[in-house]
Amino acid sequence: MVKMYDFFVNDKPIKLKVEEERILLWVLRTELKLTGTKYGCGEGFCGACTVLVNNEPVRSCHFLMNETDGKKILTIDGLRKNGKLHPLQQAFVKHDALQCGYCTSGMILNAYGLLLKNPQPTRTEIIQEMEDNLCRCGSYNRIVDAIQTASREMKGGVK
Amino acid sequence: MNKSEYLFEMEEFNLPEISHLNRRDFLKQFGGGIIISFSTGEFFPAQAQQNRRRRGNQYPTDLNAYLRIGEDGQVSCFTGKIEMGQGIITSLAQMLAEELEVPLDSVDMVMGDTKLCPYDGSTTGSRSTKYFGPPLRRAAAEAKTVLLQLAAEHWGIPEKRLLVKNGIIIDKENRNTKISYAQIVKGKKITRKLKGEPKIKHHSTHTISGKATYRSDSLQKVTGDAKFAGDIRLPGMLYAKVLRPPSHGAKLKSVDVTAAQNMKGTKVINESDLVAVLHENPEQAEIALNSIKAEWIEKEYNVDNKTIFEHLQKSVSLSNVSAENGNLDDGKKLAAKSFESIYLNHYVAHSPSEPYTLVVDVGTNEVNVWASTQAPFRVRSTVAGTLNLPVEKVRVITPFVGCGFGGKKSGQQVEEAARLSKLTRRPVQLAWTRKEEFFYDAFRPAAVIKMKSGLNKSGKIIYWDFEIIFTGSRSSTPIYNIPHYRVTSSRSKRGSGPVHPFNTGAWRGPGSNTNVFAMESQTDIMAQTVGMDPLSFRLKNLADERMKRVLKAAADKFDRSFSKGPSGKGYGIACTDYLNTYLATIAEVKVDKKTGEVKVERIVCAQDMGEIINPQGATIQIEGGLTMGIGSALTEEIQFKGGKVLDENFDTYEITKFSSAPKIDVVLIDNPELAPQGCGEPAITTTGAVIANAIYDAVGVRMFELPMTPEKILKELKKG
Repeated sequence: MVKMYDFFVNDKPIKLKVEEERILLWVLRTELKLTGTKYGCGEGFCGACTVLVNNEPVRSCHFLMNETDGKKILTIDGLRKNGKLHPLQQAFVKHDALQCGYCTSGMILNAYGLLLKNPQPTRTEIIQEMEDNLCRCGSYNRIVDAIQTASREMKGGVK
Repeated sequence: MNKSEYLFEMEEFNLPEISHLNRRDFLKQFGGGIIISFSTGEFFPAQAQQNRRRRGNQYPTDLNAYLRIGEDGQVSCFTGKIEMGQGIITSLAQMLAEELEVPLDSVDMVMGDTKLCPYDGSTTGSRSTKYFGPPLRRAAAEAKTVLLQLAAEHWGIPEKRLLVKNGIIIDKENRNTKISYAQIVKGKKITRKLKGEPKIKHHSTHTISGKATYRSDSLQKVTGDAKFAGDIRLPGMLYAKVLRPPSHGAKLKSVDVTAAQNMKGTKVINESDLVAVLHENPEQAEIALNSIKAEWIEKEYNVDNKTIFEHLQKSVSLSNVSAENGNLDDGKKLAAKSFESIYLNHYVAHSPSEPYTLVVDVGTNEVNVWASTQAPFRVRSTVAGTLNLPVEKVRVITPFVGCGFGGKKSGQQVEEAARLSKLTRRPVQLAWTRKEEFFYDAFRPAAVIKMKSGLNKSGKIIYWDFEIIFTGSRSSTPIYNIPHYRVTSSRSKRGSGPVHPFNTGAWRGPGSNTNVFAMESQTDIMAQTVGMDPLSFRLKNLADERMKRVLKAAADKFDRSFSKGPSGKGYGIACTDYLNTYLATIAEVKVDKKTGEVKVERIVCAQDMGEIINPQGATIQIEGGLTMGIGSALTEEIQFKGGKVLDENFDTYEITKFSSAPKIDVVLIDNPELAPQGCGEPAITTTGAVIANAIYDAVGVRMFELPMTPEKILKELKKG
């Protein structure tokens, strides 16, 4: 059934009429043309599709539109503010914490979710929270370093 | 590459049909400026040339890349190579900027666009820097020569009075007299073909090449701006889902698409060999696909991942010697102690982060394709062949590719997307689901190595008999100083039917992963028998000073003492020569004796790849290879029953995760006098052996089969 959804994507209010069984990942990527969020496995195992919904990291590949009403969604496309990179984005660049870049959006969003909950995580806590985001290129250690750097840069004040 | 390796890995050189496009045709598409065309020659190894002649293919042998200095001073390199994370977008630009004397950020790499870039076979085999780099340098040197000549004419002074820095030519005798490359080329259109060997800069004078440089594409990748094939949005584009068989070899018996036909906005294609549904949104296409009722007749294959090794050994009908030294019989007579082992490895998947995706737009005059491929020209041939068009009518654009590892070439999905776009007269995106990616992947082949070796009385390896069954022979020539050795490659005769129930192909370090696992495990077994530690035994048996240097460098960095195994310390060593890149890897593992679980705590890898273009990029490639290799050593195994691939996603197919990444130290060996060799593949080829050897050192069990899962280790531990 087609329904009207009111929600926010990257701080912009969105009114969208779509079928209720549609999935957030594909609505972002098709209707809203926000292609920064990637399809990786479709079943929540890899984390490439991670976005924040009301500050919680979720796997958008199986997040139904029905659950989005009134919620605030943040995707990689909205993390840079006024042309300025977010400290996490800066840290990923500084540590070369990526290779092919396909998992990167999900990595950054999951890390952001982590820092919102726990602004100064230990290395072990970072690994625990990031564990289910997969990087086939094998940039894990650099990603952990980048998250630690971002955490320090933000001095506990997560924005 | 020796002959048997060629036969196994012919896929890499299996060049598509292309018509001869001459230099003039290519040049037409450029505006003003200076253009230097050049050839890398890399896709013309002797064997491939022979193959090519046999098929009557024609290639533009005079060039396969361009360098342009535009009227705005922007430098562009046009190459059929692609970027999939390996970092050549940065390192090739460094080589070019260095030689041309321009700032790195003024170089633009135009990659994998078949309209703008001349023919290239594929981005595979750690060959880009090795074969593309040197002619790129020479082309840049040639361009600089042209620019200096123009400046000398412009001012009416001899060239030797000129120097160039950051794209500015300066008169040495009057330093205020300067002119930029942009100013010189303005209004000119000069084309040159690189001939001969222009003088290139000595590495000691380099300021850009050889310096650790960040990835040039990371800004796009951290902001989500980087475009992959699935990110292409065209007006009217439809998402296609194709009906897939339950197993390889299955034939469609009956199909009922009525339900899908009744779905609003759904286009249904129902042809004998292609059943597909298309919709403007991908979820509806999926729903329509799921509504199709199909019956299949499955093909019987009497093999699964338990019986595969027996099956492979039974399927051998042809053997040939790929490397030989001395006489094995003589060697056996001289042996004081002999060893015999069989090594096994299972099928593994490429599992790229981005499943294969492409968009095809069949227009009235030309066909545009965006594909996540390592071989854009092969995709072009597939599309042109499918649509019965000349290749010039097809343009393949390769956006960023989300991993490749040898798995992303062309294939039936390319044909399908081309047909679907033609039939629907709409742009069509066909993106594999993760399940399709596993199902259609050309796995690294399961393989068997039968190995016999012997030591003489003084503990030196006297003979080495190495039989490779069903994989390539890369890295299989012994690295040790062995008087009598033979390497044999065994397989089935051509035309004797498929051995594997699904596709197999090149997987990061093809052949080598299997071979090095066997070679370096066997070396450890011999060391332990003579009571030597694995480092001293290797140094004793090596004659190659370059390999000794690499091994010592790794050991120095590791900074722990080795003892005769099993020492309980959990240290392992493996070294290899991967297409003339030398490397030694040392690992430290912990094995949980109760569960059989292995944790790799630390890895050191020393690598000599000749001159290093980007030490940062090289380090990251080595780290990535080692990290990926932990998965293939410990957990990755395709489970299958006949033609049915049982692994469909990352829940059962376990790749390396955050918690399994060890501390990694990379040592880059300084060897700039040797031309740059490859870097993307070598490190991963050592991971099987180095972890197997470390497991033995930790708990005294020798693992002969990859992956070394907790169950297998536990089983060995219980044997005591």
